[in-house]
Amino acid sequence: MGSTVKLFKTAANGKLAPSDIESNFDDLHPILSSEYAVVEASRCLYCFDAPCLNACPTEINIPKFIKQIYSGDADGAATTILSENILGGTCARACPTEELCEEVCVVTQTEGAPVKIGQLQRFAVEGLIEKGEHPFRRAPETGRRFAVVGAGPAGLAFAHRFTMLGNSVVIFEKREKPGGLNEYGLAEYKMAGDFAQREVAFLLQIGGIEMRYGKALGENIALDQLKTEFDGVFIGVGLGDTRKLPASGVTLPGVEDAVEFIDRLRQAPAKADVSIGANVVVIGGGNTAIDAAIQARCLGAQNVTIAYRRGAASMSATAWEQQLAAANGVNFVHWASPHEFVGKERIEAVVFNRMELVGGALKETGEKMTIPADCVFLAIGQAMSHVGLDGLTLDGGKISVNEQYQTSVDGIYAGGDCTATGVDLTVQAVEDGKQAAICADALLRKRSANVAE
Amino acid sequence: MANLQSNFVGIKSPNPFWLASAPPTDKEYNVVRAFRAGWGGVVWKTLGEDPPVVNVNGPRYGAVYSGDRRLIGFNNIELISDRPLDVNLREIKAVKRDWPDRAVVVSLMVPCEEEAWKRVLPRVEETGADGIELNFGCPHGMSERGMGSAVGQVPEYIEMVTRWCKQHTRMPVIVKLTPNITDIRYPARAAKAGGADAVSMINTINSIVSVDLDQMAPNPTVGGKGTHGGYCGPAVRPIALNMVAEVARDGDMAGLPISGIGGVETWRDAAEFLALGAGNVQVCTAAMVYGFRIIEEMQEGLGRWMDEKGYNSIDDVVGRAVPHVTDWSHLNLNYIAKAVIDQEACIKCGRCYIACEDTSHQAITATKDGARHFEVLSEECVGCNLCVSVCPVENCITMEQLTEGVDPRTKAPISSEHLEWTAHPNNPMRRAAE
Ligand SMILES: Cc1cc2nc3c(=O)[nH]c(=O)nc-3n(C[C@H](O)[C@H](O)[C@H](O)COP(=O)(O)OP(=O)(O)OC[C@H]3O[C@@H](n4cnc5c(N)ncnc54)[C@H](O)[C@@H]3O)c2cc1C
Ligand SMILES: Cc1cc2nc3c(=O)[nH]c(=O)nc-3n(C[C@H](O)[C@H](O)[C@H](O)COP(=O)(O)O)c2cc1C
Ligand code: SF4
Repeated sequence: MGSTVKLFKTAANGKLAPSDIESNFDDLHPILSSEYAVVEASRCLYCFDAPCLNACPTEINIPKFIKQIYSGDADGAATTILSENILGGTCARACPTEELCEEVCVVTQTEGAPVKIGQLQRFAVEGLIEKGEHPFRRAPETGRRFAVVGAGPAGLAFAHRFTMLGNSVVIFEKREKPGGLNEYGLAEYKMAGDFAQREVAFLLQIGGIEMRYGKALGENIALDQLKTEFDGVFIGVGLGDTRKLPASGVTLPGVEDAVEFIDRLRQAPAKADVSIGANVVVIGGGNTAIDAAIQARCLGAQNVTIAYRRGAASMSATAWEQQLAAANGVNFVHWASPHEFVGKERIEAVVFNRMELVGGALKETGEKMTIPADCVFLAIGQAMSHVGLDGLTLDGGKISVNEQYQTSVDGIYAGGDCTATGVDLTVQAVEDGKQAAICADALLRKRSANVAE
Repeated sequence: MANLQSNFVGIKSPNPFWLASAPPTDKEYNVVRAFRAGWGGVVWKTLGEDPPVVNVNGPRYGAVYSGDRRLIGFNNIELISDRPLDVNLREIKAVKRDWPDRAVVVSLMVPCEEEAWKRVLPRVEETGADGIELNFGCPHGMSERGMGSAVGQVPEYIEMVTRWCKQHTRMPVIVKLTPNITDIRYPARAAKAGGADAVSMINTINSIVSVDLDQMAPNPTVGGKGTHGGYCGPAVRPIALNMVAEVARDGDMAGLPISGIGGVETWRDAAEFLALGAGNVQVCTAAMVYGFRIIEEMQEGLGRWMDEKGYNSIDDVVGRAVPHVTDWSHLNLNYIAKAVIDQEACIKCGRCYIACEDTSHQAITATKDGARHFEVLSEECVGCNLCVSVCPVENCITMEQLTEGVDPRTKAPISSEHLEWTAHPNNPMRRAAE
């Protein structure tokens, strides 16, 4: 997400004023001005067989959209982006671009920093969304209809592409709002301005998509029923669950799942009303741990420590995310694995085993370490929930799909985090949904052509 | 530091940087600021007869930008001075009195009648100005009234007016040429025939700088309509450099001094004009864009470069490149060069590849052993320099001369003999070898 690091207002001692808390959750990067966007666009070399394009899971034609911005056609740029990635807005804000397109941008070699591809993408896409004009039209109606389970990035991308190809879709979503983790999981300062909802509203302008909220697979809907009622089903339910720690005291009040904390925070109308402790410990080494830690700092926590059982090099959080956390006063403790959560009525401290690598295996050193805590967030990874998926073959705990995104059951497709198609990122979920829609549409057309013969 | 003193047709100035006749030299206030900043001289904004002309009261400038919004081209629809003649003359006199070591040249444009010139010349002489410049260049407005480029496009008129001026004043006469002609040598020769002490070039180029696609009218737009204006700034420099060189190497001109104008923005631009035969340079757009302080970098840069090269005076530099400007037909067709890509410096953007593949000679690889790799195939390379031109990394691709063996492309042996088109066997008109 670029190289400049936002410094939040943090509480060294005493509490943050509510207005400081609200401003902490404002945009991580302000949107580029149109003058800056053109200057930044002028840095792009318009590479042949561009490395950035190849590094993007959705293969957005990056040099093309940047040239469109440069030539004063920002809406054209947005259309180029959205034609490959209908959630290009969220991706522009939340993609770890430093590990995707921007990582391979060759300009870094001459100028020390890549073209700000993510920020240029945001500039273009949000300009178009702002205008409220949807750039795509549906192909002639086919009369075919799919059920989509889950209104996260995968389900939404499927629905958009599938309806664009002339079909229609009903989305069944467990919760009350669409967006999946765009709405409930991504850090607030990445999605400022209720962007997830604005983006979904823009996406739905394509038409042909019906939303049904409060519908959970395995609770009040079933796969069999959807299969008979529709021409097919796309499953994009995400992971849905989190891993649990077997350590003692983990159920003490004050110990919470990081994803739940972020969800609660994202949905709070006034962020200052979300209470936070003075001493916060976050357990884990991924971007969720970083997001929870930074947002705890934003709420005014004085001491925030990320404890990770391995060394810094093994953390899955990107270097840029770690830098953002460190710059905002988050402490890192490595080689510490939670042993016990202690406290009388609430959490008071976490006792850790110090760890080391012995012949490549992670071992306890025998030493212990205690960190006082009045708030603990567990960010040790999401886990796949299998509720309602009976009958589908799994692969490493996730839904098994072939190259056409078909599950083991004919007519049922799946994509996004609930499948093992790639990394668990918004952009990968969008690619899965888009490709699954293209495959499903092609198969249906082929079948109906065969019937007609 | 090298001596930057300039003596142009007997007009002395502490450095060869003059401000061209334009808004920066419109009045005493500006000129005094320019002299304080260090400019060597000015050509005062062109004076005409009373009553003064009237300028538009809306936008008079338009611009062309580079991607990072630097101004690279500029145009204007301004006329000559719109202030009364005697006000200008009074100010010129005061400035010359207060700044005796600086060059003060007065630009003039009056109707194409001998009487008009006869009237104005003594009044200019009376100010103590160092010389006059005849504005035969303005391509807009004034030309519609039979002045400016309307005169500059007819060699006979140039010669005639120049002769009148030489007759009616003892001040040095510099004739400012318009580039809006097909061959700059004709008006330059006419100026010389009329007795001019020097020529200056170029004035602005006829242009429409951009079109307002909402109003559907050229920019700058005045009340819904636009007109062509005069183009200047860095974008016109290549045209000006060529015109200076054409005049400098023309046998008929025999060393007629040239004041080089057009897109001078840095010391290097100035050095290039001097090398091609200009005795000094004049600057307008760069001063209008950045202010007078740019004179500091220009002077210091030129001085440092001259020191490095061992040039002691401006005269040491003037015309140095002229002997190396020639006609195409005299270029050595036996000279062979091939592009070479420095693999260490290459950032693998692939622009050289696609340029050569799509539009040139298919002489660059895109991959090697399955990996992204850009390398020149000497068997295909014609040495055209396209890859060098599009490469974003300076000195990453260079043209290397082949001096022995065979040319891998033509398989012909490389010869050290000079072979130009005039003597080439394929030339049906070639001169007999002996
Ligand atoms: C805290 C956190 C931060 C993250 N930050 C980033 C980031 O900065 N950048 C990035 O690229 N990625 C990030 N990710 C990953 C990214 O959010 C996911 O990869 C992406 O959202 C996956 O999309 P999806 O559609 O597969 O699943 P989800 O987004 O999980 O959406 C699944 C949807 O299905 C619904 N659902 C679930 N079960 C059922 C059911 N039984 N019946 C009906 N509906 C159901 C859910 O309510 C949800 O709406 C983050 C993840 C987390 C947890
Ligand atoms: C606004 C403007 C007004 C000008 N007015 C005159 C003028 O009155 N007389 C003249 O001889 N040249 C005039 N010129 C031309 C300049 O003196 C100069 O020849 C030309 O701009 C090229 O130099 P540059 O690229 O440094 O600007 C004018 C140029 C500009 C931009
Ligand atoms: S890698 Fe960088 S310079 Fe090359 S096309 Fe992509 S953004 Fe442009």
